[in-house]
Parts: sequence; structure tokens; C-alpha cells
Amino acid sequence: MMISIWFFIGVSLLVNGLLIMGAGLYELQHPPVQQVVLYSAHAPIWWGGLLALIGLIYCVAYRPQKTA
Amino acid sequence: MTLLLASVAGHLVQLSKIDMLIIVFYFALVLAIGFYLKGRANTSEDFFMAGRDMTAWVAGLSFLSANLGALELMGWAGSAYQYGILATHWYWIGAIPAMLFLALVMMPFYYISKTHSVPGYLKLRFGEPARAVSAVSFGLMTVLMSGVNMFAMAKVMQLVLGWDINVSIWLSAGTVAIYVALGGLRSAIFNEVLQFFLIWAGALLIPILGLYEAGGWHNLKTLIAQRASEQYVHLWSGLDSFTGNPMGIHWTGIVFGLGAVISMGYWTTDFLVVQRILAAKDIRSAEMAPIIGAGFKMLVPLIVILPGLLGLGLLPEKLVPESMVGATGAHSYNDVLPLMLARYCGPGLLGLGITALIAGFMSGMAGNVTAFTTVWTYDIYRPLVHSKGSDSHYVSMGRWTTVVGVLISIGTAYLVMQFASIMDYVQALFSFFIAPLFGTVVLGMLWKRATGLGGFLGLLCGTASSIGMWAWVKIDPTALRYVALSEHAKALAQDMYQALWSFVVCVIVTVVVSLATKAKTDSELEGLVYGLTKVPSVGNVAIYQKPLFWAGIVVVIFFALNIYFR
Repeated sequence: MMISIWFFIGVSLLVNGLLIMGAGLYELQHPPVQQVVLYSAHAPIWWGGLLALIGLIYCVAYRPQKTA
Repeated sequence: MTLLLASVAGHLVQLSKIDMLIIVFYFALVLAIGFYLKGRANTSEDFFMAGRDMTAWVAGLSFLSANLGALELMGWAGSAYQYGILATHWYWIGAIPAMLFLALVMMPFYYISKTHSVPGYLKLRFGEPARAVSAVSFGLMTVLMSGVNMFAMAKVMQLVLGWDINVSIWLSAGTVAIYVALGGLRSAIFNEVLQFFLIWAGALLIPILGLYEAGGWHNLKTLIAQRASEQYVHLWSGLDSFTGNPMGIHWTGIVFGLGAVISMGYWTTDFLVVQRILAAKDIRSAEMAPIIGAGFKMLVPLIVILPGLLGLGLLPEKLVPESMVGATGAHSYNDVLPLMLARYCGPGLLGLGITALIAGFMSGMAGNVTAFTTVWTYDIYRPLVHSKGSDSHYVSMGRWTTVVGVLISIGTAYLVMQFASIMDYVQALFSFFIAPLFGTVVLGMLWKRATGLGGFLGLLCGTASSIGMWAWVKIDPTALRYVALSEHAKALAQDMYQALWSFVVCVIVTVVVSLATKAKTDSELEGLVYGLTKVPSVGNVAIYQKPLFWAGIVVVIFFALNIYFR
């Protein structure tokens, strides 16, 4: 059995997405003194969430048992 | 880690702990993939050709990713700031026709000849001398280029993040050496696909937020016209004269120099990218892979050119050429991508953006290293040094060559650090070989009368003429008006015409010498030349599974984009 490359990609997107979304939520609670341009768009929350969702889909669809 | 976090006054961005965590996770994951694939690289076919079992998607994304280096991302974003939307030509007409030509015309020959490399094809078609010239020049240039890129990347990391230059070099090169030496081409390909996703995940937010801030594409065009010139947002309409555009180039240079020669040379004969396609599992996948690559290549300007244009329209400061940075204290054109990253990305997103740059660098380096390892083992070591080794001997040679290739690259990086001008020479040297090589390969594939001596001398004379023109302009800059047809030509425009003339020289010499020498018989050329070879069919599949169908869709989108942004 070989783990699919798409599973590794899913893991990468899921972990990165969760870390970025977590950082965005933390910023929401503790707004930084120096804010980036368009801070009010809260990009880390929705972009991180989107990456995590795509990563989760890849992880489930290409989990090792399925690619055996 | 302490060294990595050490900051230097004046660098562009400051990473937080979450950013560092994302970067460390990336390094851990690529190494894990290398260790996981170690057990699947035991034969030479596995190690050098990834077992020839890659799907079209994996081969296609890897094909594109090997070209999507960090310097490419930052350099072309800087070029977009400097020259405007004209830089997009290097992604559209400078790539798409060549990728489709590779897929539909050249790939069947590479694939059915079962060659391990482009020099390997030259051996089959023109004999050992042509292979030797091509293999030695390619091998040498590949490791030198890899070292130059490594130094440039470490320099960027120092300027952008304040990282120690030695740590950047050894950490990134060491990681690439480990995962390629362990898992061979398969490991490089898997990591390139991963890196492709990370590059998009890390870079796509800049154009999204940038366009939102600018108020859409039309508003951005107005901003650019106000701050620079209206010429900066037209792809074609300023190309009817040498002075009507920021690059000083005529449309003939773009169409014939870039579209017909340089890009054809790079995308169809540079083994760094072609090797990924040779690893495809069947002929349909081998043809589909460059078409998939072409589809995504058309989108790359979104994350490379658009950030440069956004910088031009939105950044409050004026960026300057690299040569003026010291005198003015301003940032250079090449800093536009990190500047835009710092503009929109806070903790987390910044880490992902920097990871995208590191991933881009490592995918480019892995591409160089795997191509060098294969060419050295198959085209230099085996035919010229040790022809009767066992399969495991060549695998072992491949692993050691990976490590040695990386060490030579590191040595080159330190050499460049001492003598910065070497960088310009190495980059120029690399371009000398591409255009004539394309002339030799394409004549070999399409014209059965081309002979071994003709191919060899054509390659040699084409390369020599390219070097000669470059040296002529170096010694006498006014020669630009002859080489590039205009004294207003910038460096990129000079490259286009230099490539075009060297290709013409190669073709003329090959044709003349071939007509004066004895050709091979038809039976000797079977499987190597168009017209004497039964081109394998992709099988009886539905129309939407045929490469030709998807190539047609790519062509339609290609023309639509060029017309819309004309």
C-alpha cells in the first residue's frame, strides 16, 4: 500500500489552515497595535478556514485505507 | 533556530512564533515524504524515472512546479513592476505554445524511444558526440545555476527576514539533498506537487486583497496609468515600435524570439522540466501532463504579475532598480512581492507566504539536482566511465551524485558570494545552450535527412554564435542595434533576438552539413523521426479524455486572454 501524494497535501493544507485560522481568531480577541492593510477583512480567519476545509476533504478522500 | 530568528536591522518583515511553526512544519513534512519513499527507490528505473508510473496530474503539476522557483516568483513580480503587464508574455506566448508543442508533437518521440534524458535522445538520433556536448554542458550549467539560485535565495532571505546567509544555504540545500538522495525522482516529484499547492495557498491572497483594495481591475489600470504610464497595462498595443513600450522590444522579438525559439527551447529540451513528463505512466498521461501544466501556467500571472502591478498602483513608495538601492535607500523592484506580502499578511499568513517562497526555491533546486544526477549517471558516467555496472551500482551512484551535486552547488553559492559578477555570466551561459539545442532536437525529430555530423556541428555553431553575440555587445554596447535591432533594447529584448539568431545559425549549419553528408537509412531512424515512426495512439477513449481536446481548450483560453489584455 502506498500513501497518496494527495493525502500529504491534505495534511499540509489542514494543519496550515488550522494554524492560520487560530492566529486570526487570536488577533480578533487581541488586536495588534500595528495592523496590516485591510486588517478589517480578517483574511487569516476565512483563508485559513478555507485551506483547512480543502485539506480535510483531501485527507478524507485520499486517506491511506482508500488508496490501498 | 536562534540564528534563524536573529534579526538584522532594516529587513522587510518580522516573523512571529506561529510563522516559524508553519515553516518548521513544512521542513518536517518534506523530509517525512523523503523518508517514506526511501523504500520505493531501489532500482534505477525507480530512482531516476520514478518508476515511470506518475499520473498525468502529478507529472503535470510537478512539470510546472520545477519551473516555479522563488526567484522566478520574485523576479517576475519585479519585472511586472518595472515593465508592466508585458512581463505576462513570458507566461503566455512564452510558454503555452511550447508546452502544447511538447505534448502533441515531441512527447511521443521522447516517450517511445524510452530515453532517460534529452541528451539520451540526441545519442539515439545523432550519435555520441552530440550527446557528450549536450550532457556535459547541461550538467555543468545545472549545478552552477543551482548554486547561483541558492546564493540569490539566501540573499533574499537575509534582506527580507534577516536570516543568516549560511544557515539559509545549508538548511535548504541539506533538506533537498536528503529527500532527493532518499527517494530519488519520485520524492522530488511528490514534494514538487506539495510545493505547488503551498505556493498557491501562500501567494493567492495578495491579488485577492490587492484587487479589493484597488477597487477592481479597471481602477487598478487607472491608478497605474496615473503613476506610471498607460503603456504598462497593454500586452500588445505598444509593441508595434521599439520605443512604444517600457521594454524596448518589437512584437517580432516577442513572437519569434520568445514564442518560437526561447520558450520552445526551454519547455521542450531543458531536461529539468522534461524529466517530469518522462516519468508519466503511459503515453496519454505523458501528453496530458504538459497540457495540464499549460492550463495552470496561464493562471500563474495572477500570483506573480498581478502583485507587481498592484505594487505599482498601490505602494506609497517608488521602487528602484537594484543598482540604485545603495544610493537611494529605497527598496528594489525585486522586493515588490515581499512588500505586498508584508502589506496584507499578519501572523500565520506571513509564515505561509514565506513558506511559499522557500517551497519555490526548493522545488527549483530539486529539479536541478535530479536532472543533474540522471544526466551524470546515464549520459556521462555510464557511457564514458563505467559501462558494465549493476543496476544497484547506478542507484548508489545516483544517491552519491545527489549529495555531490548539492555540495558543488553550495560551493558555487560561496564562489558567487566572493565574486558577484559570476552570477551574470552563469545566467547568460545557460541561455546560450537552450536555443541551439532546440534547433538540433526539433530538426532531428522532424527531418529525416539531418545527419549526425550536421546535428553536432549545428549545435556547436549555434552555441558559439550565441556566445559571440553576447561577447560582442559586452565589448561594444553599440552592437545592440545589430543584435537586438534597436539601441533601445533592454536586456530581456537582447536575449530574445540573440536566441533567435543562434537558432537560425544552428538550423542553417545543420541543414547545409546534413545535405553534404550521408544520411542514416529509414530503418535506423524508426522510432526517432516523424514520418518514419508509428506515433502511438492514446487509445480508444472518450473525446474529453483526448489530449487534443484539452489542448484545443487551452488554445481558446490563450487567445481569449491575449485579446482581452491586448
